[in-house]
Amino acid sequence: MTSETLAGAAKPKSGGLDRQIQAKIGQQLRSMYDEVVDQGVPDRFVELLKKLDGAQGAPKTEEESR
Amino acid sequence: MTDPATMQTILAIVPKLRAFAISLSGNVDRADDLVQETLMRAIANIDSFEPGTNMQAWLFTILRNRFRSEYRKRRREVEDADGHYTESLIAQPEQTSKLEYKELRVALDKLPSDQREALILVGASGFSYEEAAAICGCAVGTIKSRVNRARTRLANELDVKSAEDFGPDRNTRAVIAANERR
Repeated sequence: MTSETLAGAAKPKSGGLDRQIQAKIGQQLRSMYDEVVDQGVPDRFVELLKKLDGAQGAPKTEEESR
Repeated sequence: MTDPATMQTILAIVPKLRAFAISLSGNVDRADDLVQETLMRAIANIDSFEPGTNMQAWLFTILRNRFRSEYRKRRREVEDADGHYTESLIAQPEQTSKLEYKELRVALDKLPSDQREALILVGASGFSYEEAAAICGCAVGTIKSRVNRARTRLANELDVKSAEDFGPDRNTRAVIAANERR
């Protein structure tokens, strides 16, 4: 893969500014990600899993799995 | 038939799978298709999951491999056409990100895919370097160096290009696309 060699061109900036940027990036990355996690399970996937499970054998309801 | 507890475990991981898929692809529709393929493959191969091991890591591995093989396939197709594949593959119009994440999303999309996946797994999904290495099928040291490179590149990108202009049409579409999924 060429990506590793290309990446070497970017040198880190020294000092507190870089650290600040890094902290901000980390925080933004997580909040962007968590926003999707917080959306929960869309109905389409609940239905899909029910269908897939049913296709393998007896369908299971939610009560059975507590 | 799959054990109900296993099904519940898988269901509980779906939101994380979506977040991973959207972070990788930058496109909600593609991401949800990836999640669907992952779930179908997982249920079909549930016997190969070793009880007691990390279900989340197992599902992420499946999704990651689906994404990689699709990426390679599409890259070949587009490369044949004009040699410039990166933009058409990743910068799809229907970005999921809100305005506040726009710059990050754009910078993320410019990373080589192996750096992007390493950064997301460690920096957002919360996997250890060891778990991320297992998911990507590479050495722990490789993951560490990819994450470091990704962070450095993102820092440079966001620092230098924070004022870069992206048209309002694209932003508006992104917000609408994100809101429609709620």
